[in-house]
Amino acid sequence: MDARTQEFLDYVQSGGQVETGDWMPDEYRARLIKFIEMHGNSELMGVLPERDWILRAPTLQRKLALTAKIQDEVGHAQLIYRVVEDLGKPRSACLDDLVSGKAKFHNVFHYPTKTWGDVGVIAWLVDAAAIVSQKALLKCSYAPYARIMKKICWEESFHILHGRDVILAMITGTDEQFGLVQEALDRWWEPLMHFHGNPIPADEDPMFIWRIKSQGNEEARQQFLDGYVPQIRELGLEIPDPGLRQDEETGTWLYTEPDWERLRAVVTGHGPASEERLAFRRLSRQDVDWVERVVLAEAA
Amino acid sequence: MLDARAPEESAASEPSAVPETGSAGREASRGQRTIYEVFRQERKGQPFQHAGSVAAPDEQFAEIYAREQYGRRQESVALWLVARDAVREIDEFPDEFDLKYRRVDGYSIKARLREARERAGTLDMAPGASDAA
Repeated sequence: MDARTQEFLDYVQSGGQVETGDWMPDEYRARLIKFIEMHGNSELMGVLPERDWILRAPTLQRKLALTAKIQDEVGHAQLIYRVVEDLGKPRSACLDDLVSGKAKFHNVFHYPTKTWGDVGVIAWLVDAAAIVSQKALLKCSYAPYARIMKKICWEESFHILHGRDVILAMITGTDEQFGLVQEALDRWWEPLMHFHGNPIPADEDPMFIWRIKSQGNEEARQQFLDGYVPQIRELGLEIPDPGLRQDEETGTWLYTEPDWERLRAVVTGHGPASEERLAFRRLSRQDVDWVERVVLAEAA
Repeated sequence: MLDARAPEESAASEPSAVPETGSAGREASRGQRTIYEVFRQERKGQPFQHAGSVAAPDEQFAEIYAREQYGRRQESVALWLVARDAVREIDEFPDEFDLKYRRVDGYSIKARLREARERAGTLDMAPGASDAA
């Protein structure tokens, strides 16, 4: 590592932040693009499982709330892709790489939604897991990304409450409704345990080394379990992991090791809904291509 | 600090440095989008703070995008849109002579204050006098 890069690394590791026009090592730029682009892709792909439920939402109020949530997620994608563009990768290139399968998006968006219970679990727990990661990004060494995370976190907090409200309505409803929530939790637990990634030590994680993330994977997962296992259990729901318990002395959550090979397969496009979701995104990209052309031609 | 580039580096449409991208370059050939920095005010009377940017083909689109992305949820009472190229950034403030007399850390009055109080015979009267810095 050359002296300038070492100096930069020391700077970010001591809490320093970087702006768009500042000098940065090529590796840092490349990692930022990869990380932030995947975040943008995930916001964009994350609306598809929920989109399926706009027409099937049980009440008008739920339909409106779900639509607003989806609108927020697309808005997040817009903000995030803008940050990626300033780092040197145009949005159209991000979208091309997304639909071709070259770029990744978060594991949880590779799964189907079977019932309204899934919608509640996604809005409550998947968003809760996401906000653990996103809050840690408020301290990202790349300042323009950290700044837009403020707005994103603010909006996510409504999503979690909306999800919790959906869950509570079903939990206090009929036995069948309660059953739908339990079944959804059974389906989503493994993806939730995968969500923060495999437990590599933070100081071996390049995203942490460059302070793109301010915490390690396992730290994030522990934070999620700390916050949400009690909230799940108090509703009488059963978490489908007999090994899940908190170490009384250290407070650390112990759990059955998730299948990390499956996580790798899912995020490389071999999840149960990966192909369908990408096909849909490809189609909508073709459908709206003319809009961009007209808009730019009009302004030229 | 704004994330505006220095004038000689600024690219009104698209950035030129494109590392490791799949189909990069396509945008540069057809894109005529201008980048506008977005500043938002949360409540009346508060400062406008830099929030992010939008890339738009013209000012009218920039306004629509900014409204949608930074004002949709009533999170702002006003927005400023400034073309990135119009931002003049100053980010160097040398202090060669370390002009301490302009700062609070340039003054240590503890000893003299004590002396003055001794002279006036008020040393015991001042509460916490011994803490005075």
